[in-house]
Amino acid sequence: MRSMGVFARTRSSTIALYVVAGLAALIWLIPFLGVFMASIRPLSEVLRGWWRFEQFNPTLRNYAGAWNHPAAPLGQGMYNSLRVAVPATILPLIVASTAAYGFARFRFRFRDLLFMAIVALMTLPQQMIAVPIYRIMRGLGAVDSYVGLVLVHAAWGLPWIMYFMRNYFTTVPVEVEEAAKVDGASDLRVFLQIVVPMSLPAVASAAVLQFMWVWSDFFLALILVYSPDKLLATQRVPLLRGVYHVDWGVLSAGSVIVMMIPIAVFAIMQRYYIRGMVGWTSK
Amino acid sequence: MRTLRGRALFFVPALALLAVFVVYPVVNTVWLSFFTSEGQFALLGNYGEVLSQPEMFDPRGFARGFPYGALVHNVMWIVIHLPLTAGLGLVLAVILREIRGGAIVKSIIFLGMVTPMVVGGVILRFLFDGNVGILPSLMSIVGIPRRTLTAYPDTALFSLILGSLWLWTPFSMILYSAGLETIPDYVYEAAVIDGASPMRAFFAITVPMLRPVTGVVITMTFLWVLKIFDIVYVATMGGPGGASNVLALQMYMYAFREFDANSAAVVATLLMLVALAVSIPTFRSVRGEQP
Repeated sequence: MRSMGVFARTRSSTIALYVVAGLAALIWLIPFLGVFMASIRPLSEVLRGWWRFEQFNPTLRNYAGAWNHPAAPLGQGMYNSLRVAVPATILPLIVASTAAYGFARFRFRFRDLLFMAIVALMTLPQQMIAVPIYRIMRGLGAVDSYVGLVLVHAAWGLPWIMYFMRNYFTTVPVEVEEAAKVDGASDLRVFLQIVVPMSLPAVASAAVLQFMWVWSDFFLALILVYSPDKLLATQRVPLLRGVYHVDWGVLSAGSVIVMMIPIAVFAIMQRYYIRGMVGWTSK
Repeated sequence: MRTLRGRALFFVPALALLAVFVVYPVVNTVWLSFFTSEGQFALLGNYGEVLSQPEMFDPRGFARGFPYGALVHNVMWIVIHLPLTAGLGLVLAVILREIRGGAIVKSIIFLGMVTPMVVGGVILRFLFDGNVGILPSLMSIVGIPRRTLTAYPDTALFSLILGSLWLWTPFSMILYSAGLETIPDYVYEAAVIDGASPMRAFFAITVPMLRPVTGVVITMTFLWVLKIFDIVYVATMGGPGGASNVLALQMYMYAFREFDANSAAVVATLLMLVALAVSIPTFRSVRGEQP
């Protein structure tokens, strides 16, 4: 915090700032709190208003209901999502970092132009690849399989990871690498033994963001995976709502379960997440 | 020669993946957009055909109310969302930097950013629900009849826009927070010595010095809103009666519900063109920082 407040100079303006901040915290918290309350309370209490506590009988039944849901068991979905998100984070990180190093260090014709073209791919909407991707995967017999989905996620993540890692590599001093090369080390050796170990913070940032995006993805999974037992966690959430009336307890519990993973990752890796977020947009 | 071939290997896996799973599909989608649903080559004729569909653009909406068509809904979404997100993010970043405990409030606000948008859709649906939601309940206190706001044509889209604001403002807040750290204290100190009021310091120093951040916030927000899909799919499925339909959802409907790949390709290509046009200023700055 700054030593001298610019906007909080008088007592009343300080109080005003605290009131606004408190209101903002409340506004942003209430929707989460509501869903959390609905997830730990019986539907009868939720129907009377989750913010009322004349009766309060917390229960974990909704969580069990979501985890073992008859139509869309979320437990299986969480396992499936991990099976996609882990390889779909590792693969593009390896592939993109390697290429990003090339863009940062090697000189060749049209290098910057090619890099610009790849960066431009970052703006594409996923809708732009949806139909051909579906057809390619059907041709390869990879529709409704995780291999196909992982490959698409990997390719889709490449442009921004390359952009992010190249920017990082350009900040790494080149002298150590040059010394190693004078000693006869190959490019690959220099990259693997010198550059990669120095770049682990950037790799962590990229990994955190890529993992969260793949975990949260809905659209690509929606078009590529459809067998009931293969559906990912995000695909199962809408299926938890119930048939005749909305089963808010189970739906809320399922939502909390699915969002726990990115929130946990964020809580543990906050520093890397923010650095990735900020470094990726405004260097 | 050997090093040259070795160096090429650094790029091969990335370029191969991009070529097969990104570039080829993009070219293919553009190509598909030139054909009518009956498979006839029409170049841009198909664009006129798709854009005149009521689900895309419905001029009757201007006489009758929602739906106006996905295209108009996206425009409304952007026009409402963009200034509010940028303004709220900036104000929150400034205020939370000044006060004790600001970091905690920031973390709370930031929850929206790490929430999967599918879950975001559920939360919004819950927030606006007539039976269990807190918002209709609060509104009933001031005499507005309690109803599920996402289920009525006149309120569905606005509810989603409000919800998306809640989910996305953390992004602009975090960028502005990082930007504020780059403004040196002595600039403010000088302003204070010169007797500038806090408001004047805000508009004369903070806002102009954060202009580059604002550019990034506007671009990224525009792209996010343009591609919005998950929360609409989960909260309203574009309904009722198309009243909250958006382009990304309409593309999905064309492609995977009506199996009309050509109309879907038109919508996707339009989305891409707008996205590219909006990002050009940001590319310029990327080029500017090349070593």
